[in-house]
Amino acid sequence: MNDPHSLLASPLLPGLDDPVHDSQQVFRTLLSALSSPARLHTLSDLPQSPPPLHAATGAALLALGDYETPVWLQTPSDAAAAWLRFHCGVPLVSEPKQAQFVLIDRPLTMPPLSAFAQGLAEYPDRSATLIMQVTGFVPDGPLFSGSGIASARRIGIDGLPHDFWRSWQDNRAIAPLGVDILFVSGCSVVGLPRSTDVQYNTASGGD
Amino acid sequence: MKPNDLPGPSQEHAVRQHWLSELAMAPPGMLEQLLGQIDATGRKPVTSWLRKPQTGLTMVRARAGGTGAQFNLGEASVTRCALQDGAGRVGIGYVRGGDVRHAELVALFDLALQDSTHQAELLTTVIAPLVAARVDVRDKASRQAAATRVAFYTLARE
Repeated sequence: MNDPHSLLASPLLPGLDDPVHDSQQVFRTLLSALSSPARLHTLSDLPQSPPPLHAATGAALLALGDYETPVWLQTPSDAAAAWLRFHCGVPLVSEPKQAQFVLIDRPLTMPPLSAFAQGLAEYPDRSATLIMQVTGFVPDGPLFSGSGIASARRIGIDGLPHDFWRSWQDNRAIAPLGVDILFVSGCSVVGLPRSTDVQYNTASGGD
Repeated sequence: MKPNDLPGPSQEHAVRQHWLSELAMAPPGMLEQLLGQIDATGRKPVTSWLRKPQTGLTMVRARAGGTGAQFNLGEASVTRCALQDGAGRVGIGYVRGGDVRHAELVALFDLALQDSTHQAELLTTVIAPLVAARVDVRDKASRQAAATRVAFYTLARE
């Protein structure tokens, strides 16, 4: 632990109540979210996370993060940094490209998807996973298809930049490289792996 | 903080390391008894869990002869926990083995000792007796070992 005085500044929040079983449950839900893309998944009994983290964001980072997974926060926050360091020991990096997990809490001002680790041709798995905090999910929206979706599925994601789906298609074009995304709002999660195609029109949040 | 009469960060760390080490080596029964004492004088902190006790393995590393290259000595089971008091102070407990209550006791005393108003008092009423008891046990053990020493004589033969 570093300087004890820095811990006095603000009380820390507890992490997962039962770290072993709770993180297994969170992991299972995130796995389902990425294997059945564009479907709403909900996590339950989550601990309180420090701002700007939503409950599901905090739980996802506690379940997935450890000393080998650098994290980049779009909005640096002392409370979130202290909490993440204490409970899962993740290194926080200042360069988006170095991060394996990226927290986007203000999607409207986010860097382009190409700013994050895209993976290597030999190791496509060395790409970043983005956790994007959005304002909410609605049933109507762009049409998604691809692995894990029987024919096609619709879901609307509120609070994304107007050209987001076009940049997603660019990300889709460089497959098997590219980033994967977990959209989070409160306790809800929607997965969007790099293998998912999107069809959008101007009315459903596209350009 | 008063910069003049407080030890610097490194010395402060050394003092805390010392009490954490003594608490971790102390017999849990003795800690329970001491906790009863500080509870009676209202020095026991009010706490909430930050990290509930969990037992895991840690790799113990060592150096040959204390100065050589590092090597892995072996794994040891360790139980750890963290408590927090109302002021946001964090008390941590790391003990060898699987004794959950022992780890909790270490964290409780760690919190109590971080309160600078009672620190000097607790160092004499809690930590000093622990050191004395440990030295005493060690002393007894080495005396017992010394009593069984066999002196070999080489007899001169014709």
